[in-house]
Amino acid sequence: MWQATFTKLGQTLLVLLLVSVASFSFLKLAPGDPVTIMLGSDYSKASYDQLTQELGLDQPVIVQYGHWLANFVRGDWGTSYITNQNIFELAVFQALPVTLTLAAFSLLIALVIGIPTGVMAALYRNSWVDVLATTLAIGGNAFPSFYLGIILIWVFGVGLGWFPTLGFVAPWDDFWQGIWHLALPAITLGAWYVGLIARITRSSLLEVMGQPYIMAAKARGEPGWRVVWVHGMRNVLMPLVTVIGLQLGGMLRGAVMTEVVFALPGLGMMITSAVLNREYIVIQAGIMLTGVLFVVLNLMVDQTYQFLDPRLRRRK
Amino acid sequence: MSHALDLSAPNQAASWRRRFLQPLMRQRSAVVGLVIILAYVFAALFAPWLATHDPTAQDLGAALQGPSAAHWLGTDSFGQDLYSRLLYGAQLALIIGFASVALGLVVGVAIGLAAGLIGGRTEWVLMRIVDGLLAFPELILAMAFMAVLGLGTENLVYALALSFVGPFARMTRGDVLQVKSQPYIEAARLMGVPTLAIIWRHVLPNVVSPILVQAGMRVSIAILLESGLSFLGIGVVPPTPDWGLMIAEGRGFITIAPWISGIPGVALAILLVALNLLGDGLRDAFDPNTQKDA
Repeated sequence: MWQATFTKLGQTLLVLLLVSVASFSFLKLAPGDPVTIMLGSDYSKASYDQLTQELGLDQPVIVQYGHWLANFVRGDWGTSYITNQNIFELAVFQALPVTLTLAAFSLLIALVIGIPTGVMAALYRNSWVDVLATTLAIGGNAFPSFYLGIILIWVFGVGLGWFPTLGFVAPWDDFWQGIWHLALPAITLGAWYVGLIARITRSSLLEVMGQPYIMAAKARGEPGWRVVWVHGMRNVLMPLVTVIGLQLGGMLRGAVMTEVVFALPGLGMMITSAVLNREYIVIQAGIMLTGVLFVVLNLMVDQTYQFLDPRLRRRK
Repeated sequence: MSHALDLSAPNQAASWRRRFLQPLMRQRSAVVGLVIILAYVFAALFAPWLATHDPTAQDLGAALQGPSAAHWLGTDSFGQDLYSRLLYGAQLALIIGFASVALGLVVGVAIGLAAGLIGGRTEWVLMRIVDGLLAFPELILAMAFMAVLGLGTENLVYALALSFVGPFARMTRGDVLQVKSQPYIEAARLMGVPTLAIIWRHVLPNVVSPILVQAGMRVSIAILLESGLSFLGIGVVPPTPDWGLMIAEGRGFITIAPWISGIPGVALAILLVALNLLGDGLRDAFDPNTQKDA
């Protein structure tokens, strides 16, 4: 087991290195000369050369990459020249928590609604619950989250006035205010997951319920809820985690859109406004951070398997 | 294995029907999806004849009007006719969706074929590039490429295509590695068939169907990303008739003129549902790797 973990860690480090090379090349590919951008329109040859030297742009690309990576690991990500803000603080301490909170809250909503729906759909096959679950799965998966967000703002924010339509209040500052502000965005993003979770729960539960150990549990006279929720669901968790892991990209995609629609100051908002302002170092920080986040989350999903399925623990 | 004989010219049409059309037609939801998509394709193809106005003609005197005889679906805040913009928007969404997937597929399959067939150091380098691309979520990748390439329809196609290269390349390589070890490839090689002919006649046909299934499912993601990026303001530039742009434009008028973002939103949602239905149907009908939902 340890050997497998180390191999996996090695692979992850390689991918992280690739992420860093990609993020570094991004800034190299970005149009415009960073020195001219920083100096503005009026500058002398001497000051141009001096700044080039200060930024290390006269050195070979490999050396530049080394410097950049070292700075990145140390948390020295530079300063935004529009807001004059430390990019590391902006990205890691301000934007990242917003995105993670939104994602976690949405996933929670999706699980709380999706799993029972899927279980009901499996237990009462071809009933109205089943039809509802399938419809949710197809509709929710295809419906663009930015459009759903606008509809929810229109109906529940502006029309009924139940929820605030914009802005973010950190749940760790004011819990109920935070939840209240996050409700619509989290429903918007979670809607996309609900159908998927319901569908996977349904199909895996149907498969599991035909297994001999389920029959054995029934024969022992265990109550129906215990057979489903203890013996059945335990084996649904694996495919569920797989799907959640596979769809992390979709989650991030939805999060970017949702943040912009609801004006939440998360990573998606940060990258979007950086692209609009052509602030390439902020975009670069955003790419690198999402890349690292994506890789780490995928690794975590992989590792959960060992906890969920004892058979995998023994094999290696 | 005896297909080589069956595939003589007169039988080709019948064989095509048996191999592709019939399995697909058996998936009822896929047929529904296909019909809806064909309706959109029809609207897109005949947009110039079906439209009642120039989609980018502004008429500030007629701004923010509800549906009427002059403007069937109303007008937006610039007085542009929403019905005409909706039709041209369908054209744009389908073109960008299919073009970006096609381009990503061609580049990705080429990389995957090269990696799988050449092997060695070339494979290692190519697959590490693919790993690097796959390490990012598609949207972030597309946003980064848009930042580098600049805004506009053509760049949007390139940016989306680039973000699709990774999945296609990885899939093709995996399939090629599997096919490569089959006896019939060795047989062809021993018979002295040129390498390119082996790739074209024996490798490609055996990896093509899962790739096409994947492509079918990607089109809806491409259109979702396309409209999403345009919605964010980093895709197509105004006044191009694009659904994402139209939804973004109507956002500010949601209380007084909900149809501005409502109509393109519904059109987009229906198209995406239809594409998903067809994609799922294609997968169930042709991809042996996935199990059908019970």
